[in-house]
Amino acid sequence: MQVLEGYVKQVRVMLNSNYAVAYAVRDVDVDVIAAYPITPQTGVVEKLAEMIANGELDAEMIHVESEHSALSAIIGASAAGARVFTATSSQGLEYMHEVLHIASGMRLPLVMSVATRALSAPINIWCDYSDLMNVRDSSWITFIASTAQEVYDTIVEAYMVAEDPRILLPVIVAYDGFWMSHTYEPLYVAEDKSYVRTLVPRRDRVKLDPQKPVTMGALVGPDWYYEIKYQQVAAMSEAYEAIREYDRVIGRAFGRFYEPVEAYKMDDAEIAILTYGGIYGSLVEAVDRLRGEGYKVGAIRLRLWRPFPVDDIVRVARGVSKLLVVDRAISYGASIAGPVALEVIASLHRAGLDLDVVSYVAGIGGRPVTESDFEGMFKLALKLGRRAREIGTIYWGVRGVSYD
Amino acid sequence: MSWRELPIGGMILEPGNSIARRTGEWRVFRPVIDQDACTRCLVCWMYCPDGVIRVVDTPYRTSKGRLWSFTLEIDYEHCKGCGICAEECPVNAIAMVEEVK
Repeated sequence: MQVLEGYVKQVRVMLNSNYAVAYAVRDVDVDVIAAYPITPQTGVVEKLAEMIANGELDAEMIHVESEHSALSAIIGASAAGARVFTATSSQGLEYMHEVLHIASGMRLPLVMSVATRALSAPINIWCDYSDLMNVRDSSWITFIASTAQEVYDTIVEAYMVAEDPRILLPVIVAYDGFWMSHTYEPLYVAEDKSYVRTLVPRRDRVKLDPQKPVTMGALVGPDWYYEIKYQQVAAMSEAYEAIREYDRVIGRAFGRFYEPVEAYKMDDAEIAILTYGGIYGSLVEAVDRLRGEGYKVGAIRLRLWRPFPVDDIVRVARGVSKLLVVDRAISYGASIAGPVALEVIASLHRAGLDLDVVSYVAGIGGRPVTESDFEGMFKLALKLGRRAREIGTIYWGVRGVSYD
Repeated sequence: MSWRELPIGGMILEPGNSIARRTGEWRVFRPVIDQDACTRCLVCWMYCPDGVIRVVDTPYRTSKGRLWSFTLEIDYEHCKGCGICAEECPVNAIAMVEEVK
């Protein structure tokens, strides 16, 4: 038992990120879960099934024949007023694709965890963020966690955000497949799960009710469709502020304070490296090593992917002259192939900042990204100087590709 | 009205208002009932996917002198002209007539 001074009583447990998801879903007391097993997400659903069987969680588990059906089933349950959950990875997320837009368009507060994984073909079950980046325009609020602790906290926060009447959009909480989904870390969870339920009280919203019938997802022609889509634009922008509020709610409850963008040794940094997900820990190690060699370097972690935290990126990156962005997904044929690098460049452009952004793609298909890789990327960027801009995107570690 | 006033996600909050949408404008062929030939079997009424066959309490006497106590009429404001009634009618009493020639 651990009592963090001034915060709710918590127990220290050893969990992988899949199980951390299940613990949080149990603690917020969901009503309906529908999911289809896919590596590396399977542990989430296995643990939840076990919790339901043990009587730890009073929820309906709907066994479905596909991810398309899993998401459709929880859309129905959510429309009827239930608190719902699903989880997937890779091909499963892509199979959900058309339904993702229906969920957000119907403004349903669903929560889904994604253990990120590469896409076929060739078939590959290991981690990269190709699956997540493919669904970036589906109007789902998207967090990317970097520890099992953050996964637990963010699932709780996801329900706060999704069910906020100002927002009412579905939320994805993503984390590295295998690197996080299958590795165990110590973390704190609330000792009394009823306390977590008080953090996410049930809120009233329009739902399917035979006594007061409504129609959701009806046909809308060119005359009004655009206004309804604009509502989603407005809700996304509202969500950015609301997420900062809920970051503080989580902080005050558990003693762990998150922000859309996390910074490490950025106060006097001249060069920064930005990444997201589980490899951030290796980046922090690399920054310490490079500091030891005398480089004024800092680390930045993106925690919120949608809405993209433009203001936070600009605030954190303003002081540096060079910013390396390490993506684990490829936007094929794009001007900049790293999806996050592209967003960072656009954010800096909006603020009128013209600093050297170097887009790196690494870790594709589960290839490890170690401290030495970050050091190598850093040193290559120094060597290339302004030439990195002309190159556009550096594909780190591909055999037969060199930039010297 | 702006995007702010629209119900969230374009939800329809009042039930039973589909009557306000005049789907009859979509029609290319108009079903026309031959009241003399019609046997009042109500097969069209059962098959109509849009519920536009109306049973009206108006008596009708056929040219051969038979008196029916009710008449079948079509709600042309909502009939989409799908032709299912004409296809199903066991006595071919419904003709599909082109709206615009």
